[in-house]
Amino acid sequence: MLKLPIYLDNNATTPMDPRVLEAMIPYMTEHFGNAASRNHPFGWAAEEAVDYARDQIAALINCNPKEIIFTSGATESDNLAIKGVFEMYASKGNHIITATTEHKAVLDTCKHIEKLGGKVTYLPVDAEGLINLQDLEAAITDKTILIAIMYGNNEVGVLQPIREISAMAKKRGILFMTDGTQAVGKIPVDVEADGIDLMAFTAHKMYGPKGVGALYVRRKNPRVKVTAQMDGGGHERGMRSGTLNVPGIVGLGKACELARLEMQRDIEHTSRLRDRLEKELLKIEESYVNGSREHRLPHVTNISFKYVEGEGLMMGVKDLAVSSGSACTSASLEPSYVLKALGLSDDLAHSSLRFGLSRFTTDEQIDYAISHVTEAVNKLREMSPLWEMFKEGIDLNSIEWAEH
Amino acid sequence: MAYSDKVIDHYSNPRNVGTLDKSKANVGTGLVGAPECGDVMRLQIEVDENQVITDAKFKTFGCGSAIASSSLATEWLKGKSIDDALSIDNMEIVEELALPPVKIHCSVLAEDAIKAAINDYRVKNGLPALEEAKAHH
Repeated sequence: MLKLPIYLDNNATTPMDPRVLEAMIPYMTEHFGNAASRNHPFGWAAEEAVDYARDQIAALINCNPKEIIFTSGATESDNLAIKGVFEMYASKGNHIITATTEHKAVLDTCKHIEKLGGKVTYLPVDAEGLINLQDLEAAITDKTILIAIMYGNNEVGVLQPIREISAMAKKRGILFMTDGTQAVGKIPVDVEADGIDLMAFTAHKMYGPKGVGALYVRRKNPRVKVTAQMDGGGHERGMRSGTLNVPGIVGLGKACELARLEMQRDIEHTSRLRDRLEKELLKIEESYVNGSREHRLPHVTNISFKYVEGEGLMMGVKDLAVSSGSACTSASLEPSYVLKALGLSDDLAHSSLRFGLSRFTTDEQIDYAISHVTEAVNKLREMSPLWEMFKEGIDLNSIEWAEH
Repeated sequence: MAYSDKVIDHYSNPRNVGTLDKSKANVGTGLVGAPECGDVMRLQIEVDENQVITDAKFKTFGCGSAIASSSLATEWLKGKSIDDALSIDNMEIVEELALPPVKIHCSVLAEDAIKAAINDYRVKNGLPALEEAKAHH
């Protein structure tokens, strides 16, 4: 029996893998010690578990275990990386380059930097969602200290040309930071081969627990330092104070280990199901995939169903947990800024659904999603004045809409 | 955000979805909202010689609350005179559907659609245009 509702919002968060939970439990009960307690076995056990997790994480992203700074999640990691670099390298410059499609954790942190007197360049993206490397090169000044470009986008799954970006940064002696939240654990990410200096990521997007993440901070070629954003006991080599979340860290470690060992299987599984979902949904008239289909995470698709509003559509597919680029609230009538940055008109952005698959998604669930979405789109189009006009051959742009 | 039972009912079983012949003199059409804003409502009324609304139809592009607001409006319009119909206030729709504050604009849009449809009928039939309908747009 198919259990409803079906969860297809794995870019928001993933369920925990039972093997991760199993690894964590002893560190909440039996081995509850503080990893900073150096003088008794309770502390030693906790410290040993943290060190083991560091090894597991380092193996996934090909770094030295000492280069992992534990945080509460990717938002904190993004903040620590950007604000920390801005403060630490103030004598070298005050200019940061990022992109318009970044997560709010990066964009709002950059806005904060601007308030502090920093300069930020927000690179546009093309219709595929990719930044233009010539734009990047042109944006670099002798005051540029950081380039912050995400690995894979949370809304459309587009993968940026990380190696080309890092090569450009390195050539100009600029640090390169990437928000790896959606990519780490999903596709091979190698901080050496990719030339990454700082990288934010989190456990709960890769079948780990919420509330724990990490910042990778390069120690060699170059040695990178960030100014701590919280004062306290000087944990994590002075970059992030606060008692370590040992069970969470154990969970992050285990999640990374499973991701490394099962990555090939996960990629094949999610991309096969995603491609089938996409192929079937594109059979619906006037439906379009948003963003690059070539440079993309394997488990994501974002589709606009023209002439149907996203939030209304989500209500029609109430047995599917998905997300929409439409925000029909009085607080924000603005549709997704990411889709708009890709050049989508507001009405197409309002008509989008994002599907995020996981290692636990089944063929049966995808079958259900295909028929459920198709049915809801058809039903809502019967109710849509825009669909009727389209069918009558009326150009919607010729109508003088009464904006409200 | 959870939807009220009444919104879910109107969304799942919308009343009076459809199209009336807008070329007929006794049919008034109101088209309000904009695709860029994420909601467009088209509300139509058919009016008899006594200026009573005998039929009402809608089509809406929008969220569940927008669909429910327009569906409810068509129910309320039938049997009312065009003057009485003007007194339908968006806050009555808010109360009936238990719309949360972020969805009040859906009810405002439905009220606008009602006024726009009545106005269209009036202008078609040589009656003076409504001041309010003009002021809204």
